[in-house]
Amino acid sequence: MGVHPQLNKNGELQHLLTTEGLPAVILRHILDTAESFTGVTERDVKKIPLLRGKSVFNLFFEPSTRTRTTFEIAAKRLSADVINLNMAVSSQTKGETLLDTVDNLSAMHADMFIVRHNQSGAAHLIARHVRPEIHVINAGDGWHAHPTQALLDMFTIRRYKQDFHALRVAIIGDILHSRVARSQIHALTTLGVPEIRVIAPKTLLPAKVERLGVHVYHNMVQGLQDVDVLMMLRLQHERMESAHLPSTEEYFKYYGLTPEKLALARSDAIVMHPGPMNRGVEIDSEVADGTQSVILPQVNFGIAVRMAVMSILAGN
Amino acid sequence: MQLPDAEQLLTQLIEKIRPDIAGNTAIVGIHTGGAWLARRIHQALEIALPVGVLDISFYRDDYSKIGLHPQVRPSQLPFDAENSHIILVDDVLYTGRTVRAAVNELFDYGRPASIDLAVLVDRGGRELPIAARYTGEVLTLPENSMLELRQSDDGKLSLDLRSLTTG
Repeated sequence: MGVHPQLNKNGELQHLLTTEGLPAVILRHILDTAESFTGVTERDVKKIPLLRGKSVFNLFFEPSTRTRTTFEIAAKRLSADVINLNMAVSSQTKGETLLDTVDNLSAMHADMFIVRHNQSGAAHLIARHVRPEIHVINAGDGWHAHPTQALLDMFTIRRYKQDFHALRVAIIGDILHSRVARSQIHALTTLGVPEIRVIAPKTLLPAKVERLGVHVYHNMVQGLQDVDVLMMLRLQHERMESAHLPSTEEYFKYYGLTPEKLALARSDAIVMHPGPMNRGVEIDSEVADGTQSVILPQVNFGIAVRMAVMSILAGN
Repeated sequence: MQLPDAEQLLTQLIEKIRPDIAGNTAIVGIHTGGAWLARRIHQALEIALPVGVLDISFYRDDYSKIGLHPQVRPSQLPFDAENSHIILVDDVLYTGRTVRAAVNELFDYGRPASIDLAVLVDRGGRELPIAARYTGEVLTLPENSMLELRQSDDGKLSLDLRSLTTG
């Protein structure tokens, strides 16, 4: 594998590990394909036979409800057999290495691995290791990447705003610990969004974040001016090893999205959140449940986008 | 070779279908050529139920060999398939594999009372036990050729034959 470990020798998607470096044509193909899958949910039979006879293994080394469930639903809608492995309580706690686990599951004729791990690069490691007919999807690795979340966010933006080339997008909150933010920034940039802002306190921004091509704001009043899309992030308590914030109340006061702060953005701005939400910490209930919120549609689109990714990978 | 005029074939096809139209008849075209024909048939016969369009990419039997088609369009069946009399429309009937996929997809929307098949051209070469009830014309064509329906900007339909031999 060369520069793009996720592409095969024909330049097609072999694994989905990160949105970084993925060509726009592949991103658009995933979004277009997902569009065709949205209708399946409204049918009598909510299944398509594309992955019939294929085995999809959900390897979750980190707790997750929404992502694991939507991957499972997506795989089942494609008629695949889904095997869920809760690795936190499995053989790894008995001392087996990650790659030994993968070898054992490959011997059970796995066709696809969906991997969630707290170590950045875990999905890459597995992708480099497996036989060429096996596909790997990164469902979140450490602080590094969460490509399917970013893709479903792109799908949501396109549904409500159509053209990426005329948008001002703000990503708000704990950028430092967020694999979602990194994947969003890469995808938004590739799809041609001219202005990406990040709004966060200094302690929740990675060093030299402006190198990603984003505009940095530490203040919601300035940062939200004329914004079309607000992408909220969860305050990740479990990843905070040292004191990054005085208190969550303090955080809400300055960075929590209230109706008053939302009013600073464009009147037709949409509010997104990857979940799970901390109401009263990064977002006010009135905004989360308000007319500009597209948080629940995002979850639904996540199924179609994951179906698209799996069906494209399995066909390559 | 001299190909028949697609517009004339369509007129004949419409007249063959006309006597069988009932209240719950629905016209469903297979993307893309079949969808053009379906819209014309739907209009000419003043069908009450809205026209449907199928993209059978997700039901193809060669997915594991050639992967997903790069341009999948959403299927649209804007009526209740349950108990409807569906007339499935395609431009060219050849191996029958496309029709097999379309019939499978239709059943995922419900249980139709019946499905009939209408095609502009039947070129033989079947690989599955499938036959059309309504046919514009039967043509014998070279095996390594591809017959396609075209639509010009003003909506006029024509047939196009291409050789698939390379070099």
